[in-house]
Amino acid sequence: MKHIDEYRDKELVDKLVSQIGKELTRPWTLMEICGGQTHSIMKYGLLDLLPEAITMVHGPGCPVCVTPVEFIDKAVALSLRAGTILASFGDMLRVPGPSNDLLRARAQGGDVRIVFSPLDAVDLAAGNPDKQVVFFAVGFETTAPAVALAIRQAELKEINNFRVLVAHVLVPPAMRALLSNPDIRLDGFLAAGHVCTVMGYEEYIPIAEEFQVPMAVTGFEPVDILLGIQKTLHMLEKGIVGVENAYPRSVKQEGNLKARELLKQVFEPVDRNWRGIGSIPLSGFRLREHYDRFDAGTLPGLEGIHASESGPCIAGEILTGIRKPHECSAFGKLCTPEKPLGAPMVSSEGACAAYYKYPCP
Amino acid sequence: MITLPFQEHNLNPMCLAVPGQVISIDLSDPDMKMARVKFGEIVKDICIQWVDDVKVGEYVIAHIGTALSKVDEADALYTLNALKEMGDL
Repeated sequence: MKHIDEYRDKELVDKLVSQIGKELTRPWTLMEICGGQTHSIMKYGLLDLLPEAITMVHGPGCPVCVTPVEFIDKAVALSLRAGTILASFGDMLRVPGPSNDLLRARAQGGDVRIVFSPLDAVDLAAGNPDKQVVFFAVGFETTAPAVALAIRQAELKEINNFRVLVAHVLVPPAMRALLSNPDIRLDGFLAAGHVCTVMGYEEYIPIAEEFQVPMAVTGFEPVDILLGIQKTLHMLEKGIVGVENAYPRSVKQEGNLKARELLKQVFEPVDRNWRGIGSIPLSGFRLREHYDRFDAGTLPGLEGIHASESGPCIAGEILTGIRKPHECSAFGKLCTPEKPLGAPMVSSEGACAAYYKYPCP
Repeated sequence: MITLPFQEHNLNPMCLAVPGQVISIDLSDPDMKMARVKFGEIVKDICIQWVDDVKVGEYVIAHIGTALSKVDEADALYTLNALKEMGDL
């Protein structure tokens, strides 16, 4: 097994679609949290295969999209700071901030480097001892462990010119915020398989019970996604509330305990602003006091940066599933992946980019 | 050839994690246990600090240079077999 093509098997896809159709007695609305899953759903045309009674709403699980503009402005300011190298995932470079983006900052002389992993940014710091290297840490619980590992490596190797601009966000508080919003009606969730690979899904059980929404922990290939949908629908149709694991080859109930332990050592939860959504209590990470010296947020020059959102982008409504990308008047006209007005059109996990790349028939 | 999710995007991936096969393991640094992992035609060095019981030939789910989990073959087979039997009963 290669653990990819097995889950793109047409026969299994057909079986799952048929099983879903058999069990369905009324309309249901499900949200996939993760933008990676949104892309799979569009790419494999799963919306066309599913019965019309099922509405898939695309959630806020796109780290690039929810990173507040304030962090983009800070990253831009850091990149333009003398003697500083700003290391980032490629996705962040074209995300528009209020006045600038990292790609333009680079054209203006800013030292912006694309890295594959935060560990590469530590190597960059080791190789440039006369520079301050800052890693722009965006992402969910999936990404945070590698950042924690990078910080621990810098500590162990005494690499003192490495810092991190921490913009990490957490899924469960966002789910609570969505479920508490009276404008949003959701019957069930596909929980993000790779977030749960790290964190497990024990935290999701009380959310399912409190809000009476069943959930299935779901993978990313077409068969995985249909299996997650089928398991969630089965619970809905039978009146069961709980959390099922539809991605057991990667996810265990307790998650990856070693990665979780490291996260706990390095980070602590903090209230965080989500771009387009607003502040969500304890929905982000910041460095624990012990790691203060690795915090790029305390570097001089960032004090006055408190940017807020403006412009025609309706990212907030897209990220909460209130509107679909093609319902935005700018979609595909004023706003394209080449000239994005908002982050969901930029990211490889953004819903607008998915709808643009894989148009609905 | 199979296209891996991160090859389908022009920019590098963030929350995307992909399965790859471990081809060699280096445990010489206890703080940074590493493996060479094959993703289709691409081989990358991946940190296996949190899945250090993985063996050569097994698969890991890797994300931005770190392995998040070892792919559980038994669970994978169980899921696939259950799906193959679905609707046949």
